[in-house]
Formats: sequence, C-alpha cells, structure tokens
Amino acid sequence: MTDAATGEAILRVVDVRKSYRSGGGTLEVLRGVDFTLEPGGFVAVVGQSGSGKSTLLHLMGLLDAPDSGEVHLGGERIDNVSASRRDRLRNTAIGMVFQSYHLLPELDALENVLAPLMVRHGVWEWLRVRADARERARGLLDRFGLGGRLHHTPRQLSGGEMQRVAIARALVAEPRVLLADEPTGNLDEASGAGILDALCELNARDGLSIVLVTHDAAIARRAASVVRLAAGRVAGA
Amino acid sequence: MYKLLLCWRYLRTRWIALASVVSVMLGVATMIVVNAVMAGFSHEMQTRIHGILSDLVFESHSLSGFQDPKWHMEEIERAAGDQIAGMTPTVAVPAMLSFQVRGQWLTRQVMFIGIDETTHAMVSDFGSYLQHPANRQQLSFALRDGGYDTSDSQADGAAGENGPKRPALESAGWPHRRMRVAREKLWRERETARGAAAGQPARPVDQQVDAVLAATSPTADPASVSPTADPASVSPTADPAAVGPTADGTAASPAADGAPAVPPAAERRDPFRAARPDEGLTMDPAKEQFTGIVPGIGLASFRDSEGVDRFLVLPGDDVKITFPTAGTPPKAVSDTFTIVDFYESKMSEYDSNFVFVPIAALQRMRGMIDPQSGIASVNSIQIRLKPGANLDAVRDRLRKAFPAEMYAISTWRDKQGPLLSAVDMEMAVLNILLFMIIAVAGFGILAIFFMIVVEKTRDIGILKSLGAGSSGIAGIFLGYGLFLGLVGAGVGLALGLAITWNINTIRAGVEWCTGQRVFDPSIYYFFKIPTIVNPVTIAWIIAGAVAIAVASSVLPALRAARLHPVEALRHD
Repeated sequence: MTDAATGEAILRVVDVRKSYRSGGGTLEVLRGVDFTLEPGGFVAVVGQSGSGKSTLLHLMGLLDAPDSGEVHLGGERIDNVSASRRDRLRNTAIGMVFQSYHLLPELDALENVLAPLMVRHGVWEWLRVRADARERARGLLDRFGLGGRLHHTPRQLSGGEMQRVAIARALVAEPRVLLADEPTGNLDEASGAGILDALCELNARDGLSIVLVTHDAAIARRAASVVRLAAGRVAGA
Repeated sequence: MYKLLLCWRYLRTRWIALASVVSVMLGVATMIVVNAVMAGFSHEMQTRIHGILSDLVFESHSLSGFQDPKWHMEEIERAAGDQIAGMTPTVAVPAMLSFQVRGQWLTRQVMFIGIDETTHAMVSDFGSYLQHPANRQQLSFALRDGGYDTSDSQADGAAGENGPKRPALESAGWPHRRMRVAREKLWRERETARGAAAGQPARPVDQQVDAVLAATSPTADPASVSPTADPASVSPTADPAAVGPTADGTAASPAADGAPAVPPAAERRDPFRAARPDEGLTMDPAKEQFTGIVPGIGLASFRDSEGVDRFLVLPGDDVKITFPTAGTPPKAVSDTFTIVDFYESKMSEYDSNFVFVPIAALQRMRGMIDPQSGIASVNSIQIRLKPGANLDAVRDRLRKAFPAEMYAISTWRDKQGPLLSAVDMEMAVLNILLFMIIAVAGFGILAIFFMIVVEKTRDIGILKSLGAGSSGIAGIFLGYGLFLGLVGAGVGLALGLAITWNINTIRAGVEWCTGQRVFDPSIYYFFKIPTIVNPVTIAWIIAGAVAIAVASSVLPALRAARLHPVEALRHD
C-alpha cells in the first residue's frame, strides 16, 4: 500500500479519552490511550471485557468521536472532521469486520459485498461502474471460497461464510486499514481458524494493515504485535 | 444507489407496508370516484339550470311588468348589442293549476309563464325539453295529432332503452282528446239512460217541446237536442263561463253538429243565452282546443318504482288555471287550457313548477295590453349572449344603462347562486373529509415506518459503518414513503377510474345483489349516474396522497438518520 512508502504511521491515536454517561454518573472507558499502526502492520488489541478495546476500535473506525485526543489516518487528523468527510473516510479508507457479521439481511452475498460501492456511487454513476464492481466483488468472494454462493442471502449462509462475506465487503473498497472486532467470536474453532488464516494471508501477501480486537490471547499471538488494554489504558505489549 | 435497492427490497419484503399502500389506494380511489360523480352531478345540474334559464334575465320588480318590451329590447341592444345573440320577452305570474283525476280536483301552485313561441327557443334549451319531436324543432301551442315520444328523448344510447317508459304518451294528442270526449259522451248517455230507467223522466213539458222540436227541425241531431248535451250542465271541462276564444285560431272551425241552431231547450234553461255570443256552445272539444299550454312533466306525472312514468293528465286534456290580473289590486281570473306537450328539464324544481303559455294570450287575459295604444307589457326579457361573452361584464353594462329601482338584471348564476354555491360547498367539504382518509393512511405509514426503523436499527448502523451519511439513511425512508405513496396512488388511480367508468354496471350489480335501489331515477330524474373525470382534480389527489405518504415518513426518516452508529450496531 502507498502508505508503506512514506514511512508514516497509517493509524495513530494520541491520548484519546472517552467516557459515557450511564445512569447517574459517567463511565470512563478510555483514559488516555496511545496507539500506532505502521503501514502493513498487524496489531492485536487484547483486553478483558470492558477494557475499552471495542471503543478504541470504534474511534479508529470513525463510528464514534473521542472526548479528547487525536486520531490520525495516514497523516490526516480525522477525529474532528465534518460528518460528510467522516462518512467518506469510512466508506473509502476503513474496512470493518464485526463479531456478529452485520450483513444486510435483504441483500444476497454479492450485493452485501457491493454495498460499500453502492453507498459511494449515485444511481447513474453506479450504472457506469457496476460491471467492474461486480467483477471485483466476485473475485473477492471467489478468493474466500464463496464463488458458488453469490446469490445466497445471509440466512442461507453459515457463520464462517457470513464472516467471509463480511471480510470481502470490508475489502471491496480497497481500504487502507482493516479493523476487525472479535471476528472469530461467534464461530466454531475451525471456522475461526479459517478466518484468522485469511486475515493473516491478507496482511502477509497484500500488505494490508490490520487492527484485530480480541479477548483471546491465542488469537492475538497470530498478530505481529499485541497491545494490551486494561481499565482504559495501555497496559503494555 | 443503495437507497433505491434497499427501498425496493423493503417494499418487497415488508408486507406490513402494503397495509399502508392499501389505505392510500382506497383513499385515492374513493376520492377519484366521489369527485367524478360529484362533478358529474354538478355539471349535469348546471347544464340543466343554464338550459332552462337564459344567460341574462332583465326583469321588472312589479308583477304588472313594464310596458313596451320592443323599446326595452332596442335599449338593451344599444347598451350591449355586440354581445347579445338573442332576446325574448316573457310574462311570469304565480298561478294555480287545477285538473280532474278520477273525479277529484287536484290543484297545484305553479309559475305561469307566457313565452313567445317563435323566439323562446333562441335564448335557452327550452325546445329540446319537449316531448313531441316536431315541437322540439319548432314549438307550436296547437295540439299535435299523436307522435309523442314514449321514452325519454334526452337519454342517450343504451340508457334510453333503460330510461323511463311512457306508454301513456302513445295515444296522447288529438286521439286521446277524441277518445276522452267520446267516452264522456257515452258516460253521459248511460247516466241519462239509467236516470230514465229509474223512473225519473224529464218533465213532461220538456218532453213535449223536444218532441215538437225534433219534428220541426230537419237538421237537428238527437244528441244535441238531448237536454244532457248542454255542456254547461254536465261537462266540467267545457264550462261556457270559462271558455275563452281560442288564442291561436286553429280551432276556429265551428262544430258541424252544434252549428245550425241554438237548441231552444238550452235557451229556455238559460234565459240570458240570447245576449251572449255562441262561442261556448259551438265549441266541440273533439275537434277544437282551448289555448295550448306546456306544463312541466312533474306536474302531470309521477315515476313509479319500476321507472315507468304514470300520467295524471295527457296532452289533449283540459285544465283550469287561475292567475292574477295586472293592475292593483290584482284580481284572480280563471280560464281553461289544453295541454299540448310536456316540458322536462329534469330539474324537478322546474318540472313541477313551470307552465308555459303563449305570451300574447297571457297578456290579453291579464289585461297587460294597453287598450288605447295596443302596446303590451311584459315581466321580463330573457337574453342569450354570444358564445364567449363575459356574463358578468354584460350584466354590469346593462345595470349601468337601466335604473336599479325599476329593473333587476341578473345572470343565471346569480339566480341559482345559493344552489350552485351549496353544491360547491358540499364538494369542498366532502373532499376535506375524504382527504382525511388519506391522512389516516398517512398516520398508518408513520406508525409502520417507526416500526420498520426500529426493526432496521442494526441495518442502519451497518450502513453507517459502511459510510452512508445521515441524509442517505433518511433518503431510504423518504424514498420508501415515496414508493408507497406512488404505488398506492397508482393502484388507487387505476381502481378509481375503473370504478368510475363502470359505476353504472356496478350499481346494477349491487342492485341485483341486494334487491335495493341504489340510485332511484324517480328522485334524480336521470337514469345513469353521471361522471366527469377531471385530470386536474386527479393530479391534485395523487399529488396530495404522495405528499402525505412522504410527509408521514419524514419523522421516522429523521429518527433513522439521527441514530448513533455504535448504538445502532449494538441493537438486537
């Protein structure tokens, strides 16, 4: 990826804090977290439930904004940009994979993979780029062994298959970073291993920068480096 | 692009949304049908009213009218001649119409209108409302020799077949009159015979005189010599006191059998007979008529539940009319008239109120002709304007030209203003009520959409994580509302038009199923439900329905757009 050439960190989080109001008081989830992902890096963020690792991932994925601190993506500060710019970045620069797949139930596998591109393009533009996009999505699904299940809806797919569709969807827009939130959490061991293999291969072969959030130390070991979160702070690697 | 795709998918997979489509559809269909029928009724009514009334009416405030209509017409011509297509004078007075049905006298209050038979058809559709084809061409107040329509001439095509049957009009005219006279004569003869059989012979002195007369008068007809032949004593329809000279001269030929001599028997009974002219006695009702009149058909008939018109009197029958003379104070005078045709405008208000008579006869009977100058007075002048003329502008020009203290000048719309505005008001209220149906459908959409937004919260989160903006998310639901509105309105349009175009078939079907008359022709005086499909109205209805559908999806759409992506993703 191009960011590798510049030598700058692809994703940099500086002293972010985030708290939620819950009940009567406020719940401090992140209390000054620093985090860096080098281009082509593969970092696992581990920690116990409630340690703030998912919140950190949401901040990096621009699904949420920090109370203070900075988030940089490829040198651009992104935590304080306009809503439309955030939407644009989410669509083009960041791919996300979730524990519970989060596929759209009304769409089949191919359409789910195409969804980010459909979000990006208006109707007329879409008609122009449609053929290329479909080709690309088919290629990705083929690569993850789903070439024969293009027109199956999520309901007709197994958990492992759904997660592979979700990964294909995250990759279709050629993001600069892939954020995976417990991608194997809902899967049996074999399927989980398959997903993990796929992520490792993406990192090793394509040089894709990946942040993997997990509570499982065994899974975290597959990553190049590990960041441990505890009580909203980085507790060390 | 995803918005379109998701709208489409939601439309296909969320059947609950179809409930709102159905309510939009029903609302739109109902509005289209009701508007078409209301417009049909309204148009039918306006055409009728306008057909009956002329464009402009120039009338006097006084019942005695104003003198010299010719001068007035010239003045009107001078004031607004470029806009005027035709004028005709009329005399209108309230009157009482009396006729005998099975020995009972029926009396009805009527508006007695004297019209100029040559020019009246020029200013209104008067001619086309008559029952005799020849009278529709050119009205004549002379009784026709049969040939009256036995079905409604105004009903078109297949509706005419289903229109009212009027078998009674088959024999109307002279045949009916002759038959009636013959029957009355027979009846009198039988009564006489019965009286003789009961041992009540005529006075011996009369019998002697009759016998002498019969022997000495070579041309005497036994019937005319018979004491019962005196119309004064037995025939209510030929009362000599009421018989006026016939107005049009068509019945001037003297009766062959009554002509030779005044029967001395009658002279004996009426010592003043010698001082009076022969006219009453020489009248033979089988061959002559009184002044012709054209009453509204509602005065003379009623429609039974089968849609057949039953007649109390027919063309050829004689009636009495009592009306006020001109002058102060007015005096009531009576005269006998012969019905020559019926007037059917299908506005029951007019059909059961108007009686038309030749204007010259009415002017003479009311004393509206100046005995010295011979100049007649009239009540009003009916004016028809040229096509495209501005009704109100011409009225205002005439109002400027004539003093308002003496003349009332009004358009046909002014005359029927309350009725027309009542119909407009009715239509407006009905539209508001019906639009509320669509508004209810709108609230249905609102509720269903809130449900769908809650159900789809996680999907909304997913879309946001994929980079969809708030406006895009709102767009999905607004587009969904638009789709529902369009589909509902489209299907409603098709349904509404289908119902409108087949409404009479549907009515027949409903009547057949329930055995109840849905649309009673005896009330409405037309035989099929009139409809007018107005594209502008339909466009408004559809625009309104779609707008309501979109408007009611705004709130759910805003809610969806404001969802926090993280919370939305966590939603189960």
